[in-house]
Formats: sequence, structure tokens, C-alpha cells
Amino acid sequence: MRARAAAAQVALVATVAFAVWYLASNTAQNLEARKIASGFGFLTREAGFEIGETPFLAYGAADSYARAILVGLINTFRVALIGVALATVLGTLLGLARLSHNWLLSKFAAGYVELVRNVPLLVQLFFLYAVITENLPGPRDALSPLPGVFLSNRGIAFPVLQPHAAHAWIGAALLAGAVLAWLVARWARRRQALTGRPFPILAAGTALVLGLPLAAFLAAGAPLALARPELQGFNFAGGAVLSPEFATLLGGLTLYTAAFIAEIVRAGVQAVDRGQFEAAFSLGLPRPHTMRLVILPQALRVIIPPLTSQYLNLTKNSSLAVAIGYPDLVSIANTTMNQTGQAIEGIALIMAVYLTISLSISALMNWYNQRIALKGAPA
Amino acid sequence: MRWVRENLFGNWASALATLVILWLAWKLVPPFVTWAFVDAVWASPDSRPCRAEGAGACWALIAEKHRFILFGTYPYEQQWRPGLVILVLIALYTASALRRFWRPALALAWLGGLALIGLLMWGGTAGLPYVENERWGGLTLTLLLATFGIAFAFPLSILLALGRRSELPAVRALSVAWIELVRGVPLISLLFMASVMLPLFLPSGVSIDKLLRALIAMIVFASAYLAEVVRGGLQAIPHGQIEAADALGLPYWRKTLLVVLPQALRIAIPPLVNTFIGLFKDTSLVVIIGLFDLLASIKVALSEPAWSGFGVEAYLFASLVYFVFCFAMSRYSQNLEHVLERGHAHAVREN
Repeated sequence: MRARAAAAQVALVATVAFAVWYLASNTAQNLEARKIASGFGFLTREAGFEIGETPFLAYGAADSYARAILVGLINTFRVALIGVALATVLGTLLGLARLSHNWLLSKFAAGYVELVRNVPLLVQLFFLYAVITENLPGPRDALSPLPGVFLSNRGIAFPVLQPHAAHAWIGAALLAGAVLAWLVARWARRRQALTGRPFPILAAGTALVLGLPLAAFLAAGAPLALARPELQGFNFAGGAVLSPEFATLLGGLTLYTAAFIAEIVRAGVQAVDRGQFEAAFSLGLPRPHTMRLVILPQALRVIIPPLTSQYLNLTKNSSLAVAIGYPDLVSIANTTMNQTGQAIEGIALIMAVYLTISLSISALMNWYNQRIALKGAPA
Repeated sequence: MRWVRENLFGNWASALATLVILWLAWKLVPPFVTWAFVDAVWASPDSRPCRAEGAGACWALIAEKHRFILFGTYPYEQQWRPGLVILVLIALYTASALRRFWRPALALAWLGGLALIGLLMWGGTAGLPYVENERWGGLTLTLLLATFGIAFAFPLSILLALGRRSELPAVRALSVAWIELVRGVPLISLLFMASVMLPLFLPSGVSIDKLLRALIAMIVFASAYLAEVVRGGLQAIPHGQIEAADALGLPYWRKTLLVVLPQALRIAIPPLVNTFIGLFKDTSLVVIIGLFDLLASIKVALSEPAWSGFGVEAYLFASLVYFVFCFAMSRYSQNLEHVLERGHAHAVREN
């Protein structure tokens, strides 16, 4: 029996190895026949194409392919991170709305979820893009739903804080506050474990995280000047402008993922047994403590694994940028492949980046799951 | 009255939510109805009435282009053939959904149906002129991609799921690698890979057409996601079942085919249908590698100068078509979940 199993495995591995070798040798022959040199040497050559959006990293057509791809990677992360944050907020609100006792609100949330989940994301992106570029007015007659915010077929323009030297200090104060709050929380937990004396962690933490930046802000003389977008010629200048492509992709990813997150949040809250509420109350725990110490930890245990996989889905779905012309990693790698003919290298790059993200997140997830697993429960 | 008070105005927050929703509905629904129905242009050979002042939705675009959207560039006089194919497919889906038909004959019906579809689409015999598959398109192509993609991926996914739970380390490692690698990358990169790299993989002189390349990418992608759902079903079987089969001395494959799989797949049907919905929606991505599916034919119709600028109407229609199929599947899976004993895997839809 054992010999047969070993033989079967050897045969399988040999078959797979042979298939890989066969495909690789074919590829090598084909590349030679087409006179394509393989390797990543092309990355240092001049890219020669412009990119519409280059936040955080200056880029011009004279820069290298490597730099262009880095810009694409930054664009992917930019849309994915903002999208994850917005989708989490919207999805949580929708999920709680579905559980609401208000019939209208819960039906509204249910209708939203059904509608959005059953239409492909790509169709929704094309639809949003058509709404923005075809149906919104030009910059001259831009819609202004809030003072200083302009919606036009050139994108969304809105005011931002005028850069000020104190902003770096405020950021540093925020970071210091967070670190201090974490240290205090650790100390308080240890003291409570040793002596049983509780410490108002939440209040102290909030005071540190919000108070320190506020102090820095006031010390610098409360710099609150806004840079407002102004119409200049045919477009807006000043403030911040989200391009139609970015606004479409961000909006589409957020609305789509929020529908899935809503279902996850609902399932998570419903998964907590009623008896848990009753037990906590009968122990005499007040309601906020019940929520924070009993219900939330159990709901999060159910919510967090599928939530992470939604975050990964959002990141992978951001690759649909290529269809509407937002310069993300896939879109720029695609342009690079078309210009250089280095298809294998381009696709390998895309896959390597996404695999790195996916595998590191799932490693993190496994670690987290082990940490929160019920002690003593069967795996 | 009492219902209204309890369910709409239970407390002040609830009352506020009710009022906001009613206000939004009052602001948005009447203009939408006016635009979509009252002022809409339903039929017109060109877009001139749509561009007139005060005209609503331009459904004339859909009316004018519906054959193109359904069948792509399939030869006009022969379009009854893809039309019949759509009907055959829908009949097969319906039959598979009814538990009355869950018996071995259903597999035969599928084989016969798929053969009939091939005959109708390609033709070349029985007096039907040959149509090469570059000319297949529209809704027909979307349904074919989804159906054949899932039909081929499903058996593969069962093998992968069994492999992932196998006791043989090499088999397990290969299955895990396949599943995790495919699930870790976006479908778009697999489609690019299929359309650009597949020709390089083959010995020179052998070519492989665009449709088959996209189908291979879909199969690879679907197999990994379906495998995880099947694995969920396998994990939900009570361990006593496997021990009982072992105690009877059944060898691995008989145990798997007669005891494990029938139960695992039954448990896995609702989440499987949910995965099918995700895969059906994902077929829309083939537009990016230049295949002519439902979404692509709508984009092409819009690219004509005569009809440009009506993207909202066109994509609303595309959404409606996808919604009808996906919503039917999702309702079906919910019902089935109620019917099949509850208490097993409460899988949340992930796609």
C-alpha cells in the first residue's frame, strides 16, 4: 500500500515536471524564433510614455520602465487603500442597516445589496464612467453640491488644507499619541490582571491619540487655510482634483465591495448567540461592557476572516483599472508589454506583486486566527 | 397604523432614517420614472429623436441593436441558431435546478445538449453553413463561456479539493500550490497570460484560437475557487461516515465516490451556486482581451458615432441582463439552502 502511494506520487511529480519542462522548452524555442531576448534588462530602458496620474513620485516620459511600473504600483495601492477604508465604513453601515428594526431602512439596505452583488463590477465601472464623462456638465457649469466641491466631466474637485510646516508635527504627535496609548493599554491590562484594579483605557487612549495632535495644532497657531479649486480656463486649478478614472474606480470598488461587507457584518452579528447577551447581563455587566467585552470579540471572530478576503478581492479587482484607463500596475505593465514585447516578464511582474500581497495577507490571517482561536477547542 | 408606528417610527433615530429615505425617494424616483419611461424614446432607426431637447432615455439604441447584442456578428440569416442555443442552455439550467431531475440521466441530457450546441453553433453538416467561432458573440458567447468554463472546471476542482485533503504529501503540495497561486492573482492577469503566453507555450506551428484561450483561463480560474467550495463540503461530512466506510474495507476511490462525494457535493450546492454567480459575472472581463461577449458588443454598439453618448442606457441594459441571471441563481441558492437541511456550512458569499 505504502509502495503504491509512493509510486503514484513519483509518477505525478514526474508528469508535472515533464509538462513544465515541455512548455518551457517550447517557449524558449518560440522566443528564439521571434528574436525576443528574455530577462528583465528592459526595465532600465526609457519608457517613453506619459502617465496621467503620478502622485508621490515624479515621473516623465524620459524615465525608465522600472519607474513607470513603480508609479503603477503606487496607484494600485492608492486606490486599494482608500477603497478598503471607504468600503469598510459603508459596508458596516449597510450591514447594521439591514439588521435595523426600521422596515424601510432594512429593505433599502437589502435592495442595495441584491442589486449591487448581482451585476458585474466591470459593468458598474463602465456605467459610472459613462455617467461622469457623458452626463456631468463641463467644468464651466460644474455641479456644486457643497461649497467648494465641484462635479464635472473632468472629475471631482474639492478643497484641501493649505500645506503648512506644522502638519508634519501634527502627524508626529498623532503617531506619538498612538504609541503612548498602546503602552498605557498594555500597562493597564497587566495591572488589571495582577491586582484586578481597572483603568479607564478608552478615555486615556482617546485623550492621548486626539489630545497630542490637537495640542500641536494649537501650538502652531491653528493653521487652517484651505486651498480651494478655482476655474481657470477649461479646468480647475488649486485644491485637489480626482480624475474621472480614479473617481470611477474608487467609487465602483467601494460600492461593490461594501455590498459584500454588509453581508459579512450582518452574518457576524447574527452569529453571536442570544444567550451571550443574557449571560453578560445576568453577570451584571453594563451594556457598553457587554458590547465591548462579550459581543464584539465574538462577532469579530466571525467577521474578520471573510472581511480580509474581501479586502484582497478589492485589491485584485482594482486591476480592472485597465478597462477604464486608470494607470494602475496592470495597466502600465500592459503598456510596457505592448511596447517591449516582454510579455512573460510583464505578466510575471504582475503576478509576483499580487501573489506577494495575497500570500502575506493570508499568512497574517493564519497567525491572527491562531491567536483568537478558542483555547482548548478542537481545531 | 400600529405597524407603521412600530416599524417606521420606533424611536427618533428610526424616524429620522424613515424621513430621509422617503425624502430621497421623493426627490429621485419621479425624475427617474419620467426619464426612463415617460419621456423615453422607445424606437427609432437613428439617435436623432434621442438628442432632441427634453428627450428621456434612449432605449431605441437597444431596440435597434438587440440582434447585435444577443448574437454579435453571427451571420444575420443564421441567427436563429444561436437563438436556439440560448434556449437550449436555459432549458438545461432549469432542468438542473429542479430536484426532480437530479438523477444520472441529467448528465446524459447535458452531454446531448452540449453536442447539439456545438452542432448548431459551428454547423457545417445537416445543411447548416459553417460559422467559424471568431464570429460568435454577444449574450450567446457570455453564456457559452460561463457554461463551458464551469462544466470543465468542476471535475478538475473536485480532484483539486480531494488532492488538498489527501494523505500523500506530493499530491497535497501540488494541489495547494495550484489553488493558492490561482486565487492569489487577479483574473485579468490569467486572461493576459492565456492570450499572450499560451501561444508561446505551444510548439511552433500549433495555433490556438482566442475563444479557446479565454476559456482555458476561465477554467483554470474557476477550478481553484470551486475547489475551495468543494473542500468546504468535504470538511462538513461527519467523520463517522469515513470511519464507517473504512471499517467496511472500502478502498479509497470507492469510498470517495460512493460515500464522501455524494454527501459533500450535496452540502456544497448552495455555496457552489454562489460561486457560479461570481464566475458568470467574471466572464465579462474577456472584453479586456478583445473577445466579443455581451458587454463587448454593447461597447461596440456605443462606439458608432450615431449612438455615442448613450452609455448610461446601454450599461443599464447590460446590468439588467446580468441581474436577471444572477438574481435567479441567488434566489435559487437561498431556497435550496432552506430545503436542504440547515445547520451545515453557513458559508458567506465571497465573490
